[in-house]
Amino acid sequence: MSIILAASTALLFALGTYLLLQRRLSRLIIGLGLMGHSVNLLLLLSGRKRGVAAIIGDGKASDFADPMPQALALTAIVISFAVMAFLLALAFRSWQLTGNDLVEDDLEDRRIAALIAADNEFDDDEDILDAEAGWPTERRP
Amino acid sequence: MRVLLPLPVIVPLVAAGASMAAARHRHLQRFIGVLALLITTGASIVMLVIVDRDGPAAAFMGGWRAPVGIALVGDRFSMLMMVVASPVLLAVLLFAMGQPGTEQEQPSFHPVYLVLAAGVALSFLTGDLFNLFVAFEMMLTASYILITLGGRLDQVQTGMTYVVINLVASTLFVALLGLLYASLGTVNMADLAERMGTIPRETRMAFALLMFVVFGIKAAVFPLFFWLPDSYPTAPTAVTAVFAGLLTKVGIYCLIRTQTLIIAPGDRISGFILVIAGFTMVVGVLGAIAQADIKRILSFHIVSQIGYMILGLGLFTVAGIGAAIFYTINQIVLKSTLLLVGGLVDHAAGSSRLSQVGGIARRFPVIGWLFLLPALSLAGVPPFAGFIAKLSTIQAGFDAGEWLIVAISIVVSVLTLYSMTKIWGGAFWGDVQLLEEPSDSMTRRCGGSGLMLVSTAGLVLGSLALAAFGGPVFAYCQRAAADLLSPSAYVRVVLG
Repeated sequence: MSIILAASTALLFALGTYLLLQRRLSRLIIGLGLMGHSVNLLLLLSGRKRGVAAIIGDGKASDFADPMPQALALTAIVISFAVMAFLLALAFRSWQLTGNDLVEDDLEDRRIAALIAADNEFDDDEDILDAEAGWPTERRP
Repeated sequence: MRVLLPLPVIVPLVAAGASMAAARHRHLQRFIGVLALLITTGASIVMLVIVDRDGPAAAFMGGWRAPVGIALVGDRFSMLMMVVASPVLLAVLLFAMGQPGTEQEQPSFHPVYLVLAAGVALSFLTGDLFNLFVAFEMMLTASYILITLGGRLDQVQTGMTYVVINLVASTLFVALLGLLYASLGTVNMADLAERMGTIPRETRMAFALLMFVVFGIKAAVFPLFFWLPDSYPTAPTAVTAVFAGLLTKVGIYCLIRTQTLIIAPGDRISGFILVIAGFTMVVGVLGAIAQADIKRILSFHIVSQIGYMILGLGLFTVAGIGAAIFYTINQIVLKSTLLLVGGLVDHAAGSSRLSQVGGIARRFPVIGWLFLLPALSLAGVPPFAGFIAKLSTIQAGFDAGEWLIVAISIVVSVLTLYSMTKIWGGAFWGDVQLLEEPSDSMTRRCGGSGLMLVSTAGLVLGSLALAAFGGPVFAYCQRAAADLLSPSAYVRVVLG
């Protein structure tokens, strides 16, 4: 049982990492969600001992599974749920404003791209237009 | 103490609720916010005095004793951080009230800001690693909202980077907690310190590294700093100031706390931390030199100065960690002040780009002075507190025989001075050049509304006071460092 759980923890984490490296916000958010699930599973696994639910007056104490990791995982799930909702709202706002769900290049990248474009001024006029629009020429969506 | 310890967490949280209920009455919201932070400040000062006299104290939430219940622990280090952080939070709140924009337009500013204050306080006070995660999430969720408040395109874009990187850090944090619980069966920090000896040395080293990464992302150490200079400058000024002053320093606090308390002397990753410290200093300051906007220059300086703090930590001596603590509290005050001044320039001149403004010191002498004093302190010019901080760090480095890192830190401090003169020469000296003439008469005369100037001046006075009382404060930092390096009193008070 715990081999399967351990394997799914690893698989979820790997999938999450892969999706996190994508350029689309929707994939990125799903990736973060998967990573969150993976670490919650890890928390559950950290209790090690299998057993019945730890409810007082419901069986012997020695049969109980460790309730602590369950409490921790529950807290972590609630928090990641809230943050995920916020992230989705943010992605929606980004989509509203830009019309796409791509991760933007950061400011520094755009500035350096603009410098390169200005350097090529005499070769190609279009480059400058792109630089002024703030987009590096070769990575335009 | 048992009554006082939870106050800095509970009061802002309750006030946040009340402030939310009073969303339609801005004056009531302001009153609640200021009152809550005043109470926090008062409670912190009282606790600092008690803790310095009687040693660490703990309070157990919900009546369960540690390691099962959640412990709030106050020792010299955490109390000092509280005493410095609370007035800074208050001053920045006052600045936000004086500044047209965010605070006046967004009724949600006050509640969120108070939640942030509660999160910061809980991170300093908690004695439980999982509770620290919760505190981080409180603080971060509030900061996500503050950084995107307004919903402008650049805010959403950079806010996304900020949220994602912090979520990744939080995920790693939960993974760390899972692994710690699996191998040691506890997440209470004092209990972890006790049981750490029962697992193999390699695992202990892995935990030390994993903790360094988790808190290193929050503290923005090399190479995990890239998110900071992008996301901080786009937020409203007051928000940037409190982030710059406090959030990264919470990361530093957790780094120092976990690396000294949980990791035993034999397992410490001292050499690794020193290498990272060197890179953080150099890369941060080079980044700052390349920038052309006041807020972005200052953001890179945050990164560079983080290097000095973890340099002190990496030495793992009383002198080193004492210097790191002094450095940290000095930076909390300085960075908030400088970014508020950046905001004043933005407010008075319409821009904070060096190419678009000039002659601020001639046009608005008050802003000139408010910038000059903390900037000299940041660069480490005597007699300011920054000089005491740098000198003690360098001395500690000499005592430990780490010549290379000391040499690097001296070169970096010269480069820091250079980039400060770049701001000074670009924006404050030269012919008066404003992007647009300010509209209201007060700004035209002095450069900002009364509250903005008074709160910034208050912080400047605070940093001057740190220099004036440098001796006693530094001695206190040394005592705090000695406590950190021999944590038996801390462990005893938590585990009873």
